[in-house]
Amino acid sequence: MLNFIYESAAVVDAEVRKLMRDPTELLSRAVQPVLWLAVFGQVFSQVRGIPTGNLRYLDYMAPGILAQSILFSAIFYGIAVIWERDLGIVHKLLVTPAHRSALVLGKAVAAGLRGLVQAAVVYLVAIALEVNIRWELLPMLTVASGVFIGSCIFSTFSLLIACIVKTRERFMGIGQVLTMPLFFASNALYPLDLMPAWLKAIAVFNPLTYLVDVLRGAMIVGGKSLHASSTSFGVMLLVFAVMLALASRLYPGLAR
Amino acid sequence: MAGTNQHVVIATVELSKRFDHFTALDRLNLNVVRGLIFGLLGPNGAGKSTAIKILTTLLEASSGSATVAGFDVAADPVEVRRRIGYVPQLLSADGALTATENLNLSARLQGLRGAERAARVSEALAFAGLEDAAGKLVKTYSGGMVRRLEIAQATLHYPEVLFLDEPTLGLDPVARRTVWERLLQLRQDKGMTILITTHDMEEADILCDELAILHQGRLAVVGKPAELKAQVGPEANLGDVFAHFSGAVIEHGGHYRDVRESREAFRGRG
Repeated sequence: MLNFIYESAAVVDAEVRKLMRDPTELLSRAVQPVLWLAVFGQVFSQVRGIPTGNLRYLDYMAPGILAQSILFSAIFYGIAVIWERDLGIVHKLLVTPAHRSALVLGKAVAAGLRGLVQAAVVYLVAIALEVNIRWELLPMLTVASGVFIGSCIFSTFSLLIACIVKTRERFMGIGQVLTMPLFFASNALYPLDLMPAWLKAIAVFNPLTYLVDVLRGAMIVGGKSLHASSTSFGVMLLVFAVMLALASRLYPGLAR
Repeated sequence: MAGTNQHVVIATVELSKRFDHFTALDRLNLNVVRGLIFGLLGPNGAGKSTAIKILTTLLEASSGSATVAGFDVAADPVEVRRRIGYVPQLLSADGALTATENLNLSARLQGLRGAERAARVSEALAFAGLEDAAGKLVKTYSGGMVRRLEIAQATLHYPEVLFLDEPTLGLDPVARRTVWERLLQLRQDKGMTILITTHDMEEADILCDELAILHQGRLAVVGKPAELKAQVGPEANLGDVFAHFSGAVIEHGGHYRDVRESREAFRGRG
């Protein structure tokens, strides 16, 4: 077990060093949430077309946009893995005696840390737009935990796709195809009650729905979660465990 | 320990690999004795890289068996991995990390810890001649520096066997010679067994104690360079040996995929 943690920590350390050297990516990824909140959110706040109870629509959608930025950022993590495959870095990692699951977990944890930085950027945008944010310690920790696990889930999902498609061209196509349906089949922009039955059924199996639900209750003053935090975190941890197991099994196939 | 002969450190028995209808490796029988630099030669598509991938546990054989350092690659892959180092064909050190960081990552994944890890990393930097550039990002290095770093990365846990897939591909003559010196030093100082694939006949002649030529996935011939040259003719060089046994003229261009991957690797390094 200690070896496993030590190996994962080695991968996290290397990934975080790379992240710290390339802050431009974080800034470029901040553009999309700015557009969603500043343009879409402010316009739809005026329309009042989506029933959000006592919440302003901008406040209602802010957790959804945070979840979306986590999803969009993490889902393209697989591109980096394919790049590492093309360079032979994956081959070199796989020839070490390290556990395959430790290598995959290390990458997921690094993506989780990246997600936290991403969340800080979205918070800055939200503050600038006067979103009513909760500043108590426990809700902030809940948001951080949700962002971390959400990033782990979607980056591992991305790695899984990379292991299957193996080329950047195919990955880009599939990445685009997957992100928008995941986003729209969730409660990021509108409540589940507004969805037609078939979409609601899909949303129940979408981990993004549970991430948004956690964030909505913890991030915004007056925000309410549909599920208990323990249920949402339980679902997310279960999804992550399944993703991790599948990705650890498929990761060695990248070197073939 | 599965090995029957302690002097044989790599052994394959009827080792085969098939991809759908294509046979990449066809009943390969090979024995490599401890402490040798062994060259695996052959034209593109001959099965060299497939053989290395199986021996380094990256690929499963379709049939047959192989042992490395006394352990079966299929039954005990982790034990094999503890005892080998591998330098892939492409320049594969992480360009976004420094040499020290690359070495630390490899050392940690090899299970080296604390003071031992620090000592091995320092030793590896000295071996690669990169002490002055240790803190610079690898993407700023020349091809020769990257290769030296990769050999240092692959050997800092003192493996019994080192596999190198075309280690001097794309390097200038000076860098090539430096890589050769490092490999000879490893054999001399650590008694390491080295298996190398190459297209470069000069490299094979200078470095290798023994050679095997693969052709269409099969072992065409195996022997010492001098013996093989004598078999072909009194004035024969290794190029003649290669052409004679593989039925091919050495083609430096490589396949489209090889060239594309090499170029992308160099481009990615900036």
